[in-house]
Amino acid sequence: MLDKVILIVSFMICVALFLNLWRLLIGPSVSDRILALDTLYINSIALILLYGIYSGGNLYFEAALLIAMLGFVSTSALCKYILRGDIIE
Amino acid sequence: MPFWLELIVSVFLLVGGVFLLVGSIGLARLPDIYTRLHAPTKATTLGLAGLLIASMLLFSWQNSTLSIHELLIALFLFITAPVSANMIAKTALHHRLPALERTQNQDLAAAARERLTPDAPKKKGKK
Amino acid sequence: MATPTGFKFFPMPIHSVLLFVVWLLMNNTLAAGHIFLALILSITIPWLLAGLQSAHPPIRKPWLAVRYSLMVIMDIVTANFEVALKVIGPMAKLQPGFIAVYLDISSDLGITLLASTVSLTPGTVSAEVSEDKKWLYIHALHLENEQALIDSIKQRYEKPLLEILGC
Repeated sequence: MLDKVILIVSFMICVALFLNLWRLLIGPSVSDRILALDTLYINSIALILLYGIYSGGNLYFEAALLIAMLGFVSTSALCKYILRGDIIE
Repeated sequence: MPFWLELIVSVFLLVGGVFLLVGSIGLARLPDIYTRLHAPTKATTLGLAGLLIASMLLFSWQNSTLSIHELLIALFLFITAPVSANMIAKTALHHRLPALERTQNQDLAAAARERLTPDAPKKKGKK
Repeated sequence: MATPTGFKFFPMPIHSVLLFVVWLLMNNTLAAGHIFLALILSITIPWLLAGLQSAHPPIRKPWLAVRYSLMVIMDIVTANFEVALKVIGPMAKLQPGFIAVYLDISSDLGITLLASTVSLTPGTVSAEVSEDKKWLYIHALHLENEQALIDSIKQRYEKPLLEILGC
């Protein structure tokens, strides 16, 4: 049963990733695109975790943690660049 | 693995997946940037928390020791999600992105952009 | 503000405990070697970083803080279902709006915590703080009764935070 559930949930996440990609492509403003990127990395963390659950490996946790940290830093760096024109003042 | 554990893990996985999908649907569907902020920052965070709880239960059972290091990701996301939402809202205000026409109190958005206090007679929150 | 504690070797006691717990969580173990390593790290890192500490009010009532975070988690879970329904439902019915909330809380830490709580609880996102730190601008997804929303934010989230931090 668990295998089927994992398959269904990964299908849901793939649909979510495509929706994010769509917003990233059409998003009328830069802020929309940053928001789409932000959501994209959270969804990719979910996909990696799901693969970790499926294969039973513990290494995927580290990858997910790294993506979470890098994603937050890049989101705030992009926002700061747009707000101030500089990242490190 | 006993059936009841499989059931609980499946329910958490499904709830997490549904919330992730709802967050992304909101991102694609909602009409303007300010409303779009609502769906991804919160629904996706909760969805990921659901997946993490499922993974925690499963790995705790498989390794027969308590495995709670997934809590770290959930904690990190719960701390960072409001910060990034706030920064994106700031960039949207900074770029003077138009809000939806039927948005109420649009004058407050103009005041927020300049970081002023709202007009003096409007002390609505004050007791 | 002076350092809140008189400990010489633990200039930041909360950070030390946090570092210790996070190190053990990251390695997902309770082995003696890792506990020893975590002890060394949680003593030396705050000692090196003590000069960078910014002043913030001490937490007055830790148990109220625990209760507050549990309440916020419950609110996040229950209210997320409502927002999910609104996102799936018809768009034409949405009545978004901005509101401004007068802040009684004055410390930076308190304002940050309140803004984060408001952002995490569905239906509201905090957008900006006025220059004098007296007003918090919030965008609401569905604004029906402005005064009721302001009152609920002040009653439910700001009052316990004021009690926890004292200012």
